[in-house]
Amino acid sequence: MLVLITAHAVVAAVLPALEARIGRAVWVVAALVPLATLVWAGALTPTVLDGGAPLENLPWAPSLGLDAVMRLDALSLLMVFVVSGVGAAVLFYSAHYTQEEHGRESALLLLFAGVMLGLVTADNLLVLYVFWELTTVVSFLLIAGRGRTREHRDAAEEALVVTTGGGLTMLLGFLMLGEAAGTYRVSELVADPPSGGYVPAALVLVLIGVFTKSAQMPLHGWLPAAMVAPTPVSAYLHAAAMVKAGVYLVARLAPGFADVAPWRPLVLTVGLVSLLFGAWRALWERDLKRVLAYGTVSELGLLIALFGYGTRNAVLAGEVMLLAHATFKSALFLVTGLIEHHTGTRDLGRLSGLGRRRPVLLTMAVLAAASMAGLPPLVGYLGHEAYFDTFWKAARLGAGWGEPWIVAALTVGSALTVAYAARFLWGAFGDKSGVRSPPADDPADRGIGMAAPIGVLVAAALVMGVWYPGTETFTEPYAAQMPRLQEPYHLALWHGVTPALALSVGTLLAGLLIHRDRAALAVVRARSPRLPDVQEGYRWLRHGLDGAAVWFTRRTQVGSLPAYLTVMLTIVLVVPGTALLLRESPLTVPPLWASAIQVPLAVVVLASAVALARVRRRLSAALLVGVVGYGVAGFFLVQGAPDLALTQFLVETLTLVIIVLVLRGLPARFGARAGTLRVRRLRLALSVAAGVLVGLLAMVASAVRKEPEASAYYMAHAEEAGAHNVVNAILVDFRAMDTLGEIAVLLVTAIGVGSLLTLRGARSAGARTIRSRLPAANRDPRTARWDVPRSEWLPEARHLPLHDRSMLLEIVTWVLFPAILAFSVHLLYSGHLRPGGGFAGGLVAGQAFALRHLVGGRVGAAFHRLADPRVIAGAGLALAAIAGLAPIVFGGVPLTSALLDWTLPVFGHVKVATSVVFDTGIYLLVVGVCLRLLTAVGPLQVSVEESVQAAGDEPGVPTAPDDRGSRDR
Amino acid sequence: MTTLDLTGAVVVGGLFAVGFHLLLQRSLMRLLFGFLVLGHATNLLVLLASGPPGKPPVLGEGQEAEAFADPLPQAMALTAIVITFGITTLLLALVYRSWYLLGHDQVRDDVEDRRLGEEREAQ
Repeated sequence: MLVLITAHAVVAAVLPALEARIGRAVWVVAALVPLATLVWAGALTPTVLDGGAPLENLPWAPSLGLDAVMRLDALSLLMVFVVSGVGAAVLFYSAHYTQEEHGRESALLLLFAGVMLGLVTADNLLVLYVFWELTTVVSFLLIAGRGRTREHRDAAEEALVVTTGGGLTMLLGFLMLGEAAGTYRVSELVADPPSGGYVPAALVLVLIGVFTKSAQMPLHGWLPAAMVAPTPVSAYLHAAAMVKAGVYLVARLAPGFADVAPWRPLVLTVGLVSLLFGAWRALWERDLKRVLAYGTVSELGLLIALFGYGTRNAVLAGEVMLLAHATFKSALFLVTGLIEHHTGTRDLGRLSGLGRRRPVLLTMAVLAAASMAGLPPLVGYLGHEAYFDTFWKAARLGAGWGEPWIVAALTVGSALTVAYAARFLWGAFGDKSGVRSPPADDPADRGIGMAAPIGVLVAAALVMGVWYPGTETFTEPYAAQMPRLQEPYHLALWHGVTPALALSVGTLLAGLLIHRDRAALAVVRARSPRLPDVQEGYRWLRHGLDGAAVWFTRRTQVGSLPAYLTVMLTIVLVVPGTALLLRESPLTVPPLWASAIQVPLAVVVLASAVALARVRRRLSAALLVGVVGYGVAGFFLVQGAPDLALTQFLVETLTLVIIVLVLRGLPARFGARAGTLRVRRLRLALSVAAGVLVGLLAMVASAVRKEPEASAYYMAHAEEAGAHNVVNAILVDFRAMDTLGEIAVLLVTAIGVGSLLTLRGARSAGARTIRSRLPAANRDPRTARWDVPRSEWLPEARHLPLHDRSMLLEIVTWVLFPAILAFSVHLLYSGHLRPGGGFAGGLVAGQAFALRHLVGGRVGAAFHRLADPRVIAGAGLALAAIAGLAPIVFGGVPLTSALLDWTLPVFGHVKVATSVVFDTGIYLLVVGVCLRLLTAVGPLQVSVEESVQAAGDEPGVPTAPDDRGSRDR
Repeated sequence: MTTLDLTGAVVVGGLFAVGFHLLLQRSLMRLLFGFLVLGHATNLLVLLASGPPGKPPVLGEGQEAEAFADPLPQAMALTAIVITFGITTLLLALVYRSWYLLGHDQVRDDVEDRRLGEEREAQ
């Protein structure tokens, strides 16, 4: 089964490509797949009818109960014949019907056949649901076509919205059923159905899904609307296959659930109401396809009632009617398609005299319509007889499920069915006075190609009727599983003179009478109150939803970032705040401080933070935020986290350098304080409240914290990793995967900064040419000024304007630079034993470059020749990744490290953990990132200097650089 | 474990308050500073909430294991610090870019949001 479903999908995937080569013939290729399925199903038929049920299982997530279990029992077999048989016929028919887009249409139809095959063989509720929704999606694509007209788009949308809405409801019901039963296997569920609890509710939810899919009143509106689809699509999806999915599900679940409380009243009411009103509506439509569509609503209602009733005889009648409906309804649709093809219309008011011109077509249509009306010797007659007999006897027996009413509804419904069948034939083929049928233009060959599949379908209906023992052999096994309330009914064309025969004849005559006196009925219809139109209802609902969405968006999507943040913060305050208040607090009276040094630190941090909130100058703010950072580093140190403190100090310094470098390109002051006094007070109150909340949470969190087991583990195993510094061991060994991800993020941010700052157009290129040569006078020791460098201590400083250079700083930098770099390497390699490590080392090296950048300017210029910072950073990431993957080569788990013990000539006894390679990767990456950041902000500095010179001529804008002109707007 | 001391709680709370206050404003640069302060505050929160001060978790000097500070929050905070650095520089670049392209570094209301709503309502 899985192979066949896959084959459908695979062939469907290649069809569009095939179209370019073989054109129309893609339809034939497509039809081969359902034909193969038919052969396969035929080969399995004896097994299945003997009670076997071939099973295929593709375990996917067994722990979740998600297995693609496919099962072929008698009911599935019946559906497979319908799906693949009608599918093959429709595909052959389409080869001649379709005018364009053969590839797309054939692929979608074939895909649909595959999905439908999956739906009727799935034995897992969730798998069934997936196929169920896939049919909806494919149906959407088929109805919409290329979405050229609004009508197509609306119809497709409505079908999608209504059926997925029902599908979701059904999913909920499935989940409830599955949980109640403890299994999602359909066969197990039905064999041992859960009861009580929420099972009735689950069934109602499932049935709502069924009613949307099978277009039951009042959820049927999408089906007539979907008649804008090409006729083969209507014939296949909206008559034979997709809309039968709901019926199939009712048939599938009926053995287990027909006796559970809401099932029978619900399916019988909805089914019979649909039977009556669908048939009634079909009487008044002018479009042949819509006549058939309302007929489908009606017939599906009948099927749901029959299967839902859930006794042996009713289900047998249901199965026969299902086969009958699949053959006659798709045949009639295909006939309609052929008529439209010939005449260009399917309006029965504009067609006339076609019967005389097309005798063969008329014969086929009459046979199909006769099957629909329940005339012998067609299969429809067998079905009619079966249900009349069943319910007549049931009514006499009185099982107490309202059988007399059912018989009445069936009789009226059947009479109406006869009436609209007659109306269809009269409308399509009859002679109408005063109507001149549009001229037929049809290449004869195409007519035959399209007529042949119709002939096959009609022949099938005829064969199933005449060879009724065969039909019974085929349908009996599934029906036999149902409870037998009466003598088993046997299909036959002649049972003698029975009440059922009387009902059949009676409905036939009544139907013909209704058709003849339609005019009189129209008067009655005009006088009776109109039922609310579901299409109106759907439109009203859609508009209402649209309006509500707009209203909601207008009120919530105000576009103001502070407003959004205010809302979020308020929710943070309200929800965890309430929780904090309501729960019993574990708080004891806290100590004033853990260590007295904290107090001055706290004063400094808080004072700078408050000042930060108040200052107007950007530079002051940058310095104050630096003070806060250093203060926090002090806290880290007190807390016993030297690694953290070290990193914090280094990061704070680098941040400060970079902020200041960028600030030189920005105005000195912040913009005016925004907002009214009220807004500002609200802001203040909100942030203070949030601060208090977090403070309280911090105390509560620390009070309820349990003994940290993870840390104890790390402590115990750090020695094994060759580390004394547990923090470093966690970073490069125990949690190395996290670190790897983190440095990757760091690299990404650096790339982002680089792109954002260097995307500046051509004007910055000019800045690179600035070059200050030492004045000739300075080369002579006698005339040189002492504080202007005489020689090139830092080669890159040549690019700076002379007045920006300082010999003292240059010499100091020249001395310090290699020393700091050496220290950074030391930090890197001692990190496993003492505070330090790749991050700290890399950041220290970053400071060295920052120093050089500040003194010599344009650090990138000097080092670009050696290596691109991006290459360094990338190499770091690659090294870390390789170090992580290397253990695989030695048969280990990725990201583990080994301890190496060497005795080297000079160093003596050396103990090295391989994780140091990983740490080196981190180091390189951090260095690369720092360099990249400095080179990115470097050109900014130059342009600022340029702008200062430019601003000299333009005193009005002292702080703005001269790139106003090159701005986008 | 024992409750966090009052000083620590006040500092964390105060930093959060200042951070939120800055974040609620319209100057991108203030937003950036707010982000930085919130970053500091969060790292401090993680660390302080992990327990009272202890010895640095560096083994091999014959100390009792109980005396050590918890290393796991430290490792977490360390990576957080470095990431915050990366994000800060990225935000800074965005601030600069905004100023470079628009001539200001204010967060304006998203006019697209408003216009979309108004147009739909007018229909």
